[in-house]
Amino acid sequence: MLKFRDFPCRKTLLAIAFAGCAGLSLVSLPARADNLQDSQRFLKQGQHAQALEQVDKYLAGKPKDAQGRFLKGLILTEMGKTNDAIVIFTKLTEDYPELPEPYNNLAVIYAQQKQYDKAKQALEMAIRTHPSYATAHENLGDIYARLASQAYDKALQLDKGNASAQSKLAMIRDIMSTSGNTGRPGAKPAATKPVAAVAPVAEAKQAETKPIAAPEVKPAAAVPVAAVAPVATPVAEAKPAPEAKAAVEAKPAATSGDANAEIAKAVSAWAVAWSKKDVKGYLGFYAKDFKTPGGESRSAWEAERQKRITKPGAIQVSHENLRVTLDGADRATVKFRQHYKSASLKTSSNKVLEMVRRDGKWLIQQEKIGT
Amino acid sequence: MLRALRLRLLPLAFAACAASAFAAGTARYTDSGPEPLLANVFEQIEANKWEAALRQTEDLLTAYPNFRLGNLIKGDLLLARSKPLKTFGEGAIGGQQLDKVADLREEAVARLKAYKSKPTADYVPRYLLQMERDQKFAIVVDTQKARLYVYQNDKGTPRFVADYYISHGKLGSEKLKEGDKKTPIGVYHVTSSLPRQKLTDFYGSGAFPINYPNEWDKRQGRNGHGIWLHGTPSDTFSRPPKASDGCVVLANQDLDALSKNLQIGLTPVIISNSIEWLSLDDWQAERQSLLSMIDEWRRDWESRDTDRYARHYSNKFQADSQGLQAWIEQKRKVNAGKSWIKVATGDISMFRNPGKEEYVVVTFDQDYKSSNLSNQMKKRQYWIKEDGRWKIIYEGAA
Repeated sequence: MLKFRDFPCRKTLLAIAFAGCAGLSLVSLPARADNLQDSQRFLKQGQHAQALEQVDKYLAGKPKDAQGRFLKGLILTEMGKTNDAIVIFTKLTEDYPELPEPYNNLAVIYAQQKQYDKAKQALEMAIRTHPSYATAHENLGDIYARLASQAYDKALQLDKGNASAQSKLAMIRDIMSTSGNTGRPGAKPAATKPVAAVAPVAEAKQAETKPIAAPEVKPAAAVPVAAVAPVATPVAEAKPAPEAKAAVEAKPAATSGDANAEIAKAVSAWAVAWSKKDVKGYLGFYAKDFKTPGGESRSAWEAERQKRITKPGAIQVSHENLRVTLDGADRATVKFRQHYKSASLKTSSNKVLEMVRRDGKWLIQQEKIGT
Repeated sequence: MLRALRLRLLPLAFAACAASAFAAGTARYTDSGPEPLLANVFEQIEANKWEAALRQTEDLLTAYPNFRLGNLIKGDLLLARSKPLKTFGEGAIGGQQLDKVADLREEAVARLKAYKSKPTADYVPRYLLQMERDQKFAIVVDTQKARLYVYQNDKGTPRFVADYYISHGKLGSEKLKEGDKKTPIGVYHVTSSLPRQKLTDFYGSGAFPINYPNEWDKRQGRNGHGIWLHGTPSDTFSRPPKASDGCVVLANQDLDALSKNLQIGLTPVIISNSIEWLSLDDWQAERQSLLSMIDEWRRDWESRDTDRYARHYSNKFQADSQGLQAWIEQKRKVNAGKSWIKVATGDISMFRNPGKEEYVVVTFDQDYKSSNLSNQMKKRQYWIKEDGRWKIIYEGAA
């Protein structure tokens, strides 16, 4: 049946939402920022009327501000004024189509109203703007499951009134965590390209085309083009990463080949640590100056990753079609197709890692979704 | 994973491809009903095109919102995105639902099979040996295929015009007695029309009773009543292949289309377990051999040679509670008193019984004239094959 994560931490969520949206606010006057913080506090305490009052004050000075409007949408949702909340979130999607959060919350409200088709559309939009937006993926998974359940009920003429009442409550909790977990509106839309993130499609594509990795070695490196063995895993099931490693290691080569092999090895080890839910090992692959996706602090990002990775259930991460472009001896752009599978989500997407060599170890400096 | 779902669905599609001798060829029919869309959906699933399959399933449901099978497939396609599926309708299975899912699976197989093996123009159901002039259409049902075929009378030759998915008895066919939840096998005709207004929602857009038990059934001691062709309740587009208490059930839109072609008291409804098909040549030969037997019987009657006449009758013949011998003796007396007999047969219809019992129902206008009596009537005879020869086992007024 439907599984819902239970994220009670509204505090974190709002704080992060704030950080996430800050990029979009214009220069904010301290007094108004106070209004916003007060509003958030009131909302947290369940004092909706006061929260609304404060956010309205804040918006009086900054009617276009995304963060304030988003907060107002949350408050209205909490107050049960869903139609007003829908208006606010819809308008936000029009004014800031690159933000996934308003789409996501719109979807959650639609789901509460059992308008699953609309919810599905909104989530698909959220994913289109941010293919890596995990909350939207998870919510979409839930929506699929509910649509499926609805279809089955129609198929068998069942009455499942009680089940849907339960999942409605669960959705309300979900909205709490929504904006907190993946607040990354800072990312430029240009950096991410829509990819087909829904598993069935990715899988179908995979079955048809055998990935062939064209080694991309920059001529600047002036070394023989030997290098990266194509790591082809044309099987639908996620393959354990070590295989890729073996394939790469089998190629002895010159300097750049060594670098390529080292990078491939590092990526495989990173995927293995992730799959094993070895959070410490996983985080160890990120450079000290890693650029967090939402511009949040390293510690906030690490906490969020830890929370996500340690969620119950197995995780499988594998990659294929690894392409390395060296930029000097210590920098590289690494592109591959990543297959991710957890208890609640299954996606394939194109990943780009900006990697740097520090003390002989290749580390991730930036992690992007795209081509 | 998803692959597993495909594997389960594939046998279904494969079964559908194993068409009968007449793989699709001519496109003389008009495609109606959900089959074309349903077939597309399964093609996409086989090709691993999940998105397209889901899109087409949604199109299917837009056209047929109450189509339970479509909803089941939609559920599978959606569920397959978040969890691996191993069987058809897996997400719906649980508790008491196994039977319902099995029913829908059967419906899917039936619909796809029928869609992929439409009858071709050069084969006809063996049963339609000859339609009478005024019978514009004939209905032939195949219970195993869950299909009803409509044939048009094209100057005596049956021409396929349409076919529809149907449900029949929960416990199958070959009805014997009241309440056995079986559909009768035999040659019938529609006897009346019951409009929607006179019926509960259960019968959908209308009903057409047929004449079960017919003379033959009664002779065999079969009973029961109320065998109808009828529609479907409003909460579903169709019912599983085996669902009724013995009736033949169509989707409402199909019953509506069919009803335009039904002539009360006239349109034959032949219900079979599994239609036997004849090439037009074989059909023509069978038809001619029986027509010549009927003509021989007519001439032997005119000859007033009672022994020649009597050889056309089976030992098991019975008429008006008389056995063969008594009946022949009576004929002998009658013939002795006549100086001439003239018999003309007109507008003959001949329908072969589809069951294990090999007989043909022959109906015609009989114009009898003799030296001391003339009589015109519509006559019905049951001809059976006995020792390789066609003989009459029953005759009477139709």
